[in-house]
Amino acid sequence: MSADALRPANLEEPRAVSARERDALIRELLDVVPSHGVLHDDEDLRPYECDGLSAYRRKPMLVVLPETIEQVQQVLRLCQAHQVPVVARGAGTGLSGGAFPLANGVLLGLAKFNRILAIDPDNRSARVQPGVRNLAISEAAAAHGLYYAPDPSSQIACSIGGNVAENAGGVHCLKYGLTVHNILELKVVTIDGELITLGGQSLDSPGYDLLALMTGSEGMLGVIVEITVKLLPRPERAQVLLAAFDSVERAGEAVAAIIGSGIIPAGLEMMDNNAIRAAEDFVHAGYPVEAEAILLCELDGTNAEVSEDIMKVRNLLIAQGATEVRTAGDDQERLRFWAGRKAAFPAVGRLSPDYYCMDGTIPRKNLGQILRRIGEMSGEFGLRVANVFHAGDGNLHPLILYDADTPGQLERAEDFGGRILELCVEYGGTVTGEHGVGIEKLNQMCTQFTPDELTQFHAVKAAFDPRGLLNPGKAVPTLHRCAEFGAMHVHHGQLPHPDIPRF
Amino acid sequence: MHDADLSQALAEQVRAAAESGTPLLIRGGGTKDFYGLRGEGEPLSMVGHRGIVSYEPTELVITARAGTPLAEVEQCLRDHGQQLPFEPPAFGAGATIGGAVASGLSGPRRAFAGAVRDNLLGVKLINGRGQILSFGGQVMKNVAGYDLSRINAGALGTLGVLLEVSLKVLPRPAFERTAVFEMDEATALARLTALGRTSLSITATAHDGERLYVRVCGGERSLEAAEQVLDGQTLPESRDFWHSVREHSHPFFDRPGPLWRLSLPPAAPSLGLGETFIEWGGAQRWLRSDAPAEVLRDRAAALGGHATLFRGHGDTGEVFHPLTPALLRLHRNLKQAMDPAGIFNRHRMYSDF
Ligand SMILES: Cc1cc2nc3c(=O)[nH]c(=O)nc-3n(C[C@H](O)[C@H](O)[C@H](O)COP(=O)(O)OP(=O)(O)OC[C@H]3O[C@@H](n4cnc5c(N)ncnc54)[C@H](O)[C@@H]3O)c2cc1C
Ligand SMILES: Cc1cc2nc3c(=O)[nH]c(=O)nc-3n(C[C@H](O)[C@H](O)[C@H](O)COP(=O)(O)OP(=O)(O)OC[C@H]3O[C@@H](n4cnc5c(N)ncnc54)[C@H](O)[C@@H]3O)c2cc1C
Repeated sequence: MSADALRPANLEEPRAVSARERDALIRELLDVVPSHGVLHDDEDLRPYECDGLSAYRRKPMLVVLPETIEQVQQVLRLCQAHQVPVVARGAGTGLSGGAFPLANGVLLGLAKFNRILAIDPDNRSARVQPGVRNLAISEAAAAHGLYYAPDPSSQIACSIGGNVAENAGGVHCLKYGLTVHNILELKVVTIDGELITLGGQSLDSPGYDLLALMTGSEGMLGVIVEITVKLLPRPERAQVLLAAFDSVERAGEAVAAIIGSGIIPAGLEMMDNNAIRAAEDFVHAGYPVEAEAILLCELDGTNAEVSEDIMKVRNLLIAQGATEVRTAGDDQERLRFWAGRKAAFPAVGRLSPDYYCMDGTIPRKNLGQILRRIGEMSGEFGLRVANVFHAGDGNLHPLILYDADTPGQLERAEDFGGRILELCVEYGGTVTGEHGVGIEKLNQMCTQFTPDELTQFHAVKAAFDPRGLLNPGKAVPTLHRCAEFGAMHVHHGQLPHPDIPRF
Repeated sequence: MHDADLSQALAEQVRAAAESGTPLLIRGGGTKDFYGLRGEGEPLSMVGHRGIVSYEPTELVITARAGTPLAEVEQCLRDHGQQLPFEPPAFGAGATIGGAVASGLSGPRRAFAGAVRDNLLGVKLINGRGQILSFGGQVMKNVAGYDLSRINAGALGTLGVLLEVSLKVLPRPAFERTAVFEMDEATALARLTALGRTSLSITATAHDGERLYVRVCGGERSLEAAEQVLDGQTLPESRDFWHSVREHSHPFFDRPGPLWRLSLPPAAPSLGLGETFIEWGGAQRWLRSDAPAEVLRDRAAALGGHATLFRGHGDTGEVFHPLTPALLRLHRNLKQAMDPAGIFNRHRMYSDF
């Protein structure tokens, strides 16, 4: 294995599928899926070449777009019979290449599963198909005064099926949890084509918590075809504070102080100066562009509760050295404060031809330190970084700016990103908080897990998919790959901070 | 007893057992022996493997060895104004934190702050090969690899020996108060459904057949506002009452006969199957009933839930709701992946594995 083989773009495929095999499969697929649901012309395949991690592209062998659960079952049975791998795809907004297609595989698009099947206001739940957009659930539930809590910044586009497969988070996850905390039941088709139900309509279910295991499994254990989500009552009042700081470290300390004070904000987000300027330029949210960092802190609940907490937080922020604290006076201003944060990725995208979004999580107390280290590395690698992140959960999203047309820059961005993730592991965190491993963080999984742990992951995968046909090669690296990666790492003498304890 | 890390010795015992095919029965304080099936095997005691490994209040995470007494963990949190959000029942003085996670039992706050699984951030465990493995971690968000930590919550030790658990903790509310209302079950269920659609900070509900209890929390002003909305009588001995619900020392749980736990969609109607004690906004119904298991299970399933024979199992039949054949197959495969020799807590959860 060469260094190039370890690059995400060069994901290995299980086997080559001949043109004859492919044509035979197409004929059989056309018996079970309407002809407009089987795409095999170059032109039709192009939109499926990549997901949100668009630096990497590969044309899938075939795209299949089933319309019913029975069709999904039959497609999987055919793929199993032909030993052809299957990659599920929701809206393709994933940022780790989870839905990156295989040139010798079927890309199974779930876009046609776009119906909200039922809303049950008394039980505060909604039964939806996997291709439904995240935001569409809250829009449909609004008539009942309810909403679906996890709100990834991509919520206007990403699918709920993709959210489950990635255990997506959002700005309100600090108080309301991730996808895994907000779903009740999944209907899943196994690689054998069998339809199973995990979880249930009540708060728990008998046996092992396979609902949790399926959540965040990146399309490697089964295809999700129906989801029952929990809905929450809209809080009586939500109010957001914006605090400006003249140093990133101080903002980081303020985050710890708020959490330590016993208040759990609905959201607690941070942006650094590069991100502030980019967002302000883009959506004119009224952000203080001179600040080194801003915090957005949203409090919600009953009117009385919010009034009590907002005073406490305000005083805390001032005591922590905020140079300015603003309270959104009305809902419009609140939404404007958030608009800058929610548009931060595209806003940063305007600063540079390309950007690469990382997703490590660390214990909150290390925020200041790690941001300083990232700043130093930015100089070493010669690439700019903007930091936007879920500060309340310690989930970082450094955006590395680069230009793919300048030879070598993508590779430099990859290496820089890899170093940031390894730093997260050293500080007691993880290489991915919510975007998943996909094809992107396979190497860094070798840093976070021991060979025994990786072997255990492979055994669990085999319990669901013994032939390794569901999204093969993603999420969990082979031991062989890790050995190569380890050898190369030591060779370059790159392992920084050998003095920091690792676990 | 002193804190001690017995990981290596325990792993050695597991390796030896795996080689000889000796089944092991993992034991904490033995306070939950009544729960589930009897299981079989040589006892593997966890009580010496104890101690809080790390706790930083501002990180909202505690990591403790599995044999640490639950009471010690809770006292440590209380000293820092925090608590385990899911209020696990101890069911006895010897309860360990590992047992609390493995049994997956959550107390009155569950419907409002999540269950054990929701607050479990990571585990260190011994798998059936005697390897010490870590999954999840000490941070709030982590999607690296499959979630092999949460599957241990409620698995009754059938997937591995828990060595350490990392749990999310939350601040204890500044104030908590309980409002009481005289009302029958149907009225209470309707009231609970209505309350579920408000943003009041409710942290527990119960109905004992005659009275509805609603616990709310918050700062002084918000509590006053909440009490005005609720408009009930204030229960003076709030803390004792919820403790009795959590630990099943409430008179309802004293009565003779089998005790069933039905987990249902919260708005499910009154069952009319026997004396009922309702918790979790309607989602957990304790039932005193001699009706045949199939009757209760069919009824629970028809309503979208399931039924567990919580206490009073006569050593015949299953305790937990039977799994469909497809799910049973997946359970066996997963068990095999974690514990290939099948040595951990055999027949403790289901008689099939
Ligand atoms: C601008 C932007 C902002 C973002 N912000 C956030 C954020 O705040 N928080 C966050 O968590 N993520 C965020 N993301 C990432 C992404 O939106 C999420 O990961 C989302 O959950 C992916 O959903 P999708 O439908 O696009 O899935 P895809 O990208 O299509 O697929 C993602 C993975 O899920 C699998 N999959 C999809 N559907 C199914 C199914 N039905 N059954 C089985 N497997 C399936 C795929 O195989 C793949 O591995 C952001 C992305 C962008 C572009
Ligand atoms: C839906 C909604 C409900 C509201 N309910 C209340 C309420 O119940 N009680 C109330 O006082 N205000 C309430 N407000 C008003 C709101 O908090 C203030 O108008 C806003 O904080 C003023 O912001 P500012 O940026 O103009 O001033 P700031 O500079 O933020 O504050 C001005 C002064 O008001 C104090 N202050 C700020 N917010 C609050 C607050 N929530 N409670 C008490 N003092 C505060 C500050 O400490 C400061 O002394 C509500 C607003 C909305 C949108």
